[in-house]
Amino acid sequence: MMSSEFFTTWFLPGIWVTIQVTVYAAALGAVVAFGIGLARASQYWIVRFLAGVYFEIFRGTSALVLMFWMFFALPLFGWQLAPMWAGVSALGLTYGAYGSEVVRGSLAAVSPAQKEAGIALNFTRWQRLRLIELPQAWPEMVPPFNNLLIELMKGTALVSVITVADMTFAGNLLRLGTNETTPVYTLLLVLYFVLAFLITRGMRVLERKAKAGIGQQPEKRGGITAKTGARGESLQAGAPSAGGVR
Amino acid sequence: MNWDWQVVDDFMPRFWDGVLVTLQALAIGTLISFALGLVWALAQRSPLVWVRWPVTAVTEFIRNTPLLVQLFFLFYVVPNFGPSMSPLTTGIVGLGLHYSTYTAEVYRAGIEGVPAGQWEAATALSLSRSRTWRAVILPQAIRRVVPPLGNYVVAMLKDSPMIATIGAFDMLGEAQAFSNETFTTEALTVVGVAFIVIAYPASLLIRALERRLVR
Repeated sequence: MMSSEFFTTWFLPGIWVTIQVTVYAAALGAVVAFGIGLARASQYWIVRFLAGVYFEIFRGTSALVLMFWMFFALPLFGWQLAPMWAGVSALGLTYGAYGSEVVRGSLAAVSPAQKEAGIALNFTRWQRLRLIELPQAWPEMVPPFNNLLIELMKGTALVSVITVADMTFAGNLLRLGTNETTPVYTLLLVLYFVLAFLITRGMRVLERKAKAGIGQQPEKRGGITAKTGARGESLQAGAPSAGGVR
Repeated sequence: MNWDWQVVDDFMPRFWDGVLVTLQALAIGTLISFALGLVWALAQRSPLVWVRWPVTAVTEFIRNTPLLVQLFFLFYVVPNFGPSMSPLTTGIVGLGLHYSTYTAEVYRAGIEGVPAGQWEAATALSLSRSRTWRAVILPQAIRRVVPPLGNYVVAMLKDSPMIATIGAFDMLGEAQAFSNETFTTEALTVVGVAFIVIAYPASLLIRALERRLVR
């Protein structure tokens, strides 16, 4: 059974590392998602093209292979990343690519009349984006972002294979030390589930606030995750329904 | 930077072995997830609360926990009280089980997308319950679910290298073993590129399917 000493030296810090990796990767992912998402709606074809190439490449790679590559192969190109930052970058870049599709889709779903009103009022492109389009697109982005955030949080377990001491790493260490596997892996699964639950609760609050900001009620949903497609991929199926403010 | 094509050449035979294992895991994992997902989706619509409720709880739990930890659980914990399986078999079962909870959601959305009038028409024609499902509801639901299911197959492809962590020799497993033996990293790059080369045409195919099937 897990000794209390092991618990305090490996497991608790491991939980903290998991949370840290989730937060850092989510922050990087958000920057990438908005940067690439906006670039894919750019008026210059070259910007759209380059952003599209980024999206296809990072959506096509496996996060685990990318992480391995950043950890083992990138140093040969002269870039040595600490394990944790290799993990954070791989996760942030991959999930940021998924997120860019959410940003692009939600911006495209803002009613054209809203954009035209902005043009009629002589707003600059940047003003239109900041004052008209993003505030209306944001509430649409929150539920798919929730799914992505949970996917990303689940993805953080991968950093354990590049020697970052997160909670999965602590669990593997305990298996090697004691051969007691049942309690530790069960505990791990429950902990990840609790994290996912907390993320969903937090994002629900965010969604309620975002919708209240443009005078809407949130939809009622069952289950702990929103039921739209995770990773924003199947989101596209019905997305650009130019409904504007519904 | 020192890139050596000779190393790439040496890796190729093992690379193809790895591709075969990855595709095999993907194919069987897909079959499991499609079949099991349908079971979950139908069970979640069961009129019996003691069927519906536990199935919903289990699928939510599986969907919200990492595949990596589930693979460890299947590989290290399950043999304590159940069958012990080879790394590849464990990986296939893990992939299939994990993604079945996603495909269940796809089926659920597909079934709910069938207009209520279709159910009423089936009742009016006094079709039996199984006939209603087989002849009316599922044929209409399947059109809606093919593109999202395809997306999950691509997602599964990208998660399949995780089975290397429990010792299966898929593309990543072969690359790791090769890199460790020869102290090179070209193999990892080759595998990374291979994933893009497989995943990109697959996602193009799904987008084409989507345009054809969804109206």
